[in-house]
Amino acid sequence: MMSTDKQIKPKLFGLTVSPPTQRRWMKFRQNRRAFYSLWVFLILFVLSLFSELVANERPLLIKSDDGFFFPIMKSYSEESFGGDFPTEADYKDPYVQELIEERNGWFIWPPIRYNYTTISNDMEGEAPAAPSRHHWLGTDDQARDVLARILYGFRISVLFALILTVLSSVVGIVSGAMQGYFGGLLDMIAQRVIEIWTSMPQIYLLIILSSVIVPGFWTLLLLLFFFSWVALVSVVRAECLRVRNMDYVKAAKALGLSNLAIIRRHVLPNALVAAITFLPFIMASSVTALTALDFLGFGLPPSAPSLGELLQQGNNNRHALWLGLSGFVIIGLLLSLLVFIGEGVRDAFDPRKAAVE
Amino acid sequence: MTGKPFLTVTDLSIDFTVGSRVTNAVKGISFDLSRGETLAIVGESGSGKSVSALSLMQLLPYPTASHGPKSSISFKGEELIGAIDRRLREIRGNEIGMIFQEPQSSLNPLHRVSKQINEVLIVHKGLTQAAANRRTLELMNLVGIRDPEQKLNSFPHELSGGQRQRVMIAMALANEPELLIADEPTTALDVTIQAQILELIQDLQKRLNMGMIFISHDLGVVRHIADRVIVMKDGEVVEEGTNQQIFENPKHPYTIELINADPSGEPNKPDPNAPVIVETEDLKVHFPIRSSFLRRTIGYVKAVDGISLQIKAGQTVGVVGESGSGKTTLGLGLLKLVKSQGPIVFMGKAIDGLNSKELRPYRAEMQLVFQDPFGSLSPRLTVGEIIGEGLELHQPNLSEEEREDRIVRALEEVDLDPEFRHRFPHEFSGGQRQRVSVARAMVLEPAFLVLDEPTSALDRSVQSQLVDLLRDLQNRRQTAFLFISHDLRTVRALADEIIVMRQGKVVEQGSADQIFDAPEEAYTQSLIAAAFDLVVKNKEVIAD
Repeated sequence: MMSTDKQIKPKLFGLTVSPPTQRRWMKFRQNRRAFYSLWVFLILFVLSLFSELVANERPLLIKSDDGFFFPIMKSYSEESFGGDFPTEADYKDPYVQELIEERNGWFIWPPIRYNYTTISNDMEGEAPAAPSRHHWLGTDDQARDVLARILYGFRISVLFALILTVLSSVVGIVSGAMQGYFGGLLDMIAQRVIEIWTSMPQIYLLIILSSVIVPGFWTLLLLLFFFSWVALVSVVRAECLRVRNMDYVKAAKALGLSNLAIIRRHVLPNALVAAITFLPFIMASSVTALTALDFLGFGLPPSAPSLGELLQQGNNNRHALWLGLSGFVIIGLLLSLLVFIGEGVRDAFDPRKAAVE
Repeated sequence: MTGKPFLTVTDLSIDFTVGSRVTNAVKGISFDLSRGETLAIVGESGSGKSVSALSLMQLLPYPTASHGPKSSISFKGEELIGAIDRRLREIRGNEIGMIFQEPQSSLNPLHRVSKQINEVLIVHKGLTQAAANRRTLELMNLVGIRDPEQKLNSFPHELSGGQRQRVMIAMALANEPELLIADEPTTALDVTIQAQILELIQDLQKRLNMGMIFISHDLGVVRHIADRVIVMKDGEVVEEGTNQQIFENPKHPYTIELINADPSGEPNKPDPNAPVIVETEDLKVHFPIRSSFLRRTIGYVKAVDGISLQIKAGQTVGVVGESGSGKTTLGLGLLKLVKSQGPIVFMGKAIDGLNSKELRPYRAEMQLVFQDPFGSLSPRLTVGEIIGEGLELHQPNLSEEEREDRIVRALEEVDLDPEFRHRFPHEFSGGQRQRVSVARAMVLEPAFLVLDEPTSALDRSVQSQLVDLLRDLQNRRQTAFLFISHDLRTVRALADEIIVMRQGKVVEQGSADQIFDAPEEAYTQSLIAAAFDLVVKNKEVIAD
């Protein structure tokens, strides 16, 4: 009887996945734009995760007669290379470089020899300096390398947006599903609360709050989360309101499933597609929100590498075109990638859009 | 009666192009029609009959749809394919009228009935508002709506299904078209109303001497109304002939299959000593009507009002009645899926006082199959997940292989390919989905199954297959069925005992033979007359 059942479980990246997941992945791959966007985004993101190896003022590796040094991992004093001071060695100092070369040493430098705080002294002209051999995208008005700051800034933006999106979708989806599925008084009260909540002028509140507490990565995350979780509620709620009257929910009740199980298995999956469509947009708006706060000067502390701050500098130094332009290009690229990926994911999850097989 | 044909369709083909995929919906059909003649186009869903009809009015989504180079639709000597838009608009609703299947969605819910009928008159005839009002009232009388003055000011939702269909007919006839296209005009209606509407359409056609194209999948109706019949399958005409030729001497095997597609066979006779599975006495389901502001209860809708029944293992009790008679609510009330009052004894245990948690162990033993094959399967779960869900809950100690095995067996039992378990519901036809629904219910091997109109959304031939399947399953498993339907033919093929319901109450209850052969109540008689002979009987007891 089971002769037809020679089903081999499909694998994806070595993990066993269910056939539907497999099919969604195939469908996603067929959407070329989304698929390449995902790759570009992942490459940029992974690259930025290892920013320290790509853009740093310290060499990756030093070899001299005294053995191997890993300045990235550990700080060495100037004395350990035979210098005069017990303070940390400044590898950009020609004196230190000479000291090491005297001991038959060599360096491996990262491709960009500055990190986001390095104040450069090898630029042409005064800060902000135009792009040159040393500074591929020029420097900002504090003589810091723009490319290095973009790399680190990209990392902060994406991480910030990721965490914010995950937090606010979890809370938004749960509260939307509860309201939609149970309805009644709970829904009524929650909806009124959300209406009042969303009608508060966010940006002023954020500005006021960030002048009271010192803004940092986590405090900003919390502040923005207070307002961003409502984004998904209405979508998920509407979908759940619709689905809860469907026959298959009745069928699930007839099977004896508990309310929670019905929400999880039957109601949420339907609401999730609507939610997933929104995710890239929420992520994009998180990026924008952080950028906006930074641009206005209420965001991350001044030394932190941030795309908003770069835009602000571009605005303040309009003669230095490379500042505004690189800020615009990187933010535009990031937002476009997110939206393209989002479109691909949405289509892949929609069972009515048949894959061309 | 028939003269020179005024509509000639030659070699009509219709292709739909989506992306690079071309679907040949209709492959070169030809027919003609004269005044006063009724031509029926029959076929199952997907046979291309509705598309053909829509193409007569050039209402297809062009350019996604396209006609073949040799296709021609000649109406009173005028070629309609490729005619300019303005001319087509003049023809639509003026010279060709159309009645659609679903009166609910073909009337605009935001406009009063009078406005919708007036519109047709004002657009085509250029009548003044006052003249249009007078003509509309005339039309309402013509289509037999009671208190037309009052109904004119109603919104579509305030009318019953039959009344809405009458309004649709009034709209289609407003300008006295020469050709009337009726696309399954009675499919969505109850049998008694179907009989009335058919009578009305026939009568009007004679009076106005229209040519009519009547599209239906129901051969009973076609036999009753058509002069000539075209049988379509997969976009092609397989047989064409007069009513008599087709029904008394069908040639093509497909026609024969369609004619014999009525659910047939004898219901299973339960063993008189079989254990009683479900029993209830004086069951009531009352929904409170609340005042809008303080939400105080100001009255009750008595959806089910005092029903007693008893179902034995292997027995089918059929519940028949028109929409709104409370038959679905009775099923849900018995399963305690809606609050019901009255004792329910299920397999020897009283379950009426249990809360949802205490009921859970019994859920595996009582299952439900729904009417709508599209709404009853979760669109985001695979068929395997849908069927396996109950097993996961009620038999959690099955290993994954055992569960898979049970799913495969359940699919085989309903004659589906076990490989279907990896696919999603939207990839299946209505009949296949209904089989999945049955598999979901039967995989738990329940003692009691409520079937809520499981066949009414399906084509006739698919219906009879499903009925055979259900009867067979019952025979093997000795399951008790509560079979809810408005379709008396299917009920006759399945049920051993029958309850006729109306407005929540029992009209007549008894063995199937007695109900069908010697109905006592006037209402039951009119139901049976409407269902089997398509005639209106005992008019005073049925609604419109």
